[in-house]
Amino acid sequence: MNAPDRHVPKAAAAKLLSGNAACAQGAIDAGCKFFAGYPITPSSEIAERLSTMLPAAGGVFIQMEDEIAAMAAVVGASMGGVKSLTATSGPGFSLKQENIGYAAGAEIPCVIVNVMRGGPSTGMPTRPSQADIFQTRYGSHGDYPMIVLAPASAREIYDETIRAFDLAELCRTPVILLYDQVIAQSSETVALGGRVPVHATRKWASGPREAYKPYAADADLVPPMPRPGDGYRTHTTGLTHSETGFPSQDPETVTRNLGRLYAKLDRHRDLIDSYEAVRCEDAEVVIVAIGISARAARRAVDACRAEGYKVGLFRPVTLWPFPEIALREATRNAKAILVPELNIGQLRLEIERQLRDRRVEGLHLISGEPITPAQIAASAAKLASEV
Amino acid sequence: MFRDAPHFDVRDYLRKEMMPHFLCPGCGHGMALRALLWAIHELNIDRDKLAVVSGIGCAGRLSAYIDANTFHTTHGRPLAYATGLALARPDLHVVVITGDGDCLAIGGNHLIHACRRNLKLTCLMLNNEIYGMTGGQVSPTTSETRLTTTTPHGNSEPNFDACALATAAGAGFVGREVTRHVPKLKELIKAGLQHPGFAFVEVVSDCTEVYGRKNDMGSSAEMVMRQKSEMRPSAYRDSVDEPFRSTDLPTGILAQNNRPEYGAALRAAAAARAGK
Repeated sequence: MNAPDRHVPKAAAAKLLSGNAACAQGAIDAGCKFFAGYPITPSSEIAERLSTMLPAAGGVFIQMEDEIAAMAAVVGASMGGVKSLTATSGPGFSLKQENIGYAAGAEIPCVIVNVMRGGPSTGMPTRPSQADIFQTRYGSHGDYPMIVLAPASAREIYDETIRAFDLAELCRTPVILLYDQVIAQSSETVALGGRVPVHATRKWASGPREAYKPYAADADLVPPMPRPGDGYRTHTTGLTHSETGFPSQDPETVTRNLGRLYAKLDRHRDLIDSYEAVRCEDAEVVIVAIGISARAARRAVDACRAEGYKVGLFRPVTLWPFPEIALREATRNAKAILVPELNIGQLRLEIERQLRDRRVEGLHLISGEPITPAQIAASAAKLASEV
Repeated sequence: MFRDAPHFDVRDYLRKEMMPHFLCPGCGHGMALRALLWAIHELNIDRDKLAVVSGIGCAGRLSAYIDANTFHTTHGRPLAYATGLALARPDLHVVVITGDGDCLAIGGNHLIHACRRNLKLTCLMLNNEIYGMTGGQVSPTTSETRLTTTTPHGNSEPNFDACALATAAGAGFVGREVTRHVPKLKELIKAGLQHPGFAFVEVVSDCTEVYGRKNDMGSSAEMVMRQKSEMRPSAYRDSVDEPFRSTDLPTGILAQNNRPEYGAALRAAAAARAGK
């Protein structure tokens, strides 16, 4: 139940906002100054809004020739020192993967929104899905860590967009914001005040230019970044590199550098981890869900409790790295876990991996419709009566 | 023999820690790099404000040797990376180094749209007619009938005329030169660097090791000597009348216009909206 106050609107004028509109507003409020994108449903409203908002905020909007170019331009702008964003959906996200991997390996901060749609391939552009859970984590080739945030409401999309920029800058890494079509395109009444954003600024290289090594990390394992124009004249590459930034295939060097990419996220887990646990203390069945499925599950928890079943909800807001310690805590007394999701079992696989000693059941819907609270409640009640 | 301009020592512009370089003996890319650095020297471009963005392959590796802000990006995408960088930082002088495969195959779409968009970028495409780093496979500019590791019976595909493509796509500046004439190449690159919009410069280079050797093209010197007479993009060849088809590959500035630069136009449009 960490940071619950972020979800409590305080005195601010309430507005009717879609999730995508909240994302665009969050990007502006986080200090984003560059957006490159390519139209794709159901994410396009983010680009449309930012085409107006960004120039007004002193930033740049560009619609690129394709998804790959959009991701490349975002990384390029960030290398120039500007907070940068792109937004896409399933097929476009697949195309962006190589350059997302580049950003992870070369340690270039940026934010990528993926509004999931059904698949495989072109799939269902206007229907909800939660089938990109693994693609966000493992989409690009090679080993690399990834921060993925999975908000569940317009209000939370706004907050998590700001947090995505903060984490990207703090950890010098790409951050993915992952949500589904229902919360992207449904409008909700939200008041955006109340949260004090971190507004992290990038750690720029300073000090003697001769001694500077662009990938020599500070104690927080994040290297200060060279800003073009400041005189450091460094080299950035997607090849494995030493602290100098120049290519290296020295076994010890590449092992140490890749190890640091993982370790730097571990070092910042207190800022990265975010989750919500509802009525888990005495729960015999804990539902684990994200996005629109978690909102249906929240209703299902109340319905089950009203009938006397001890059911709780664990909702990872940070999807990757998975908040596994919090999950263990939330499921301490649970005999069974229910994972409702709009795919054939991606989140369930991760939960099974983490809770091997427990019964884990999935509730998977791939029809292009959201799971209803009644469907989840029925499954949870059945599971509760069996354990 | 080419004579350096006064005070130009190419070593002043190279990263000594990257020496020795990895180029094969006889590779034309070294001369292309020399011409670029010479042009930068003569224009007195502040290297703290110089950003060089490259793709993948032999040409892509050149950025690492330049003592400036350098970015070795993904295959085919340097123009897209450079677009973001140049839009975010209009104070930087952004140069793109790309190869024929990088620029015309995997990156062909980015080239077309960079030409159309006319953002202030200088794109150097080093054309050695081959994928050198991956071992000599056919590229979009490999001349017809030539042997490569993936055209063992001779190349059956017509090759691209990159300059004709860039011109048709609306590039503000299009030029071509051969590494055989480094001072002329330097002058062409200088003109490209000074152009206020998108400048596309094709550098006709040579690959002795995995292209020339396979096609019995002789030493690197012999390859360089035939740059203008034997290399002829089929699009160009087909576009000229029969009596002229034996003429040399056209070099120099092939197209130039001064239509509005994209970044400035974008900023002006935003400012005009904000003023309303």
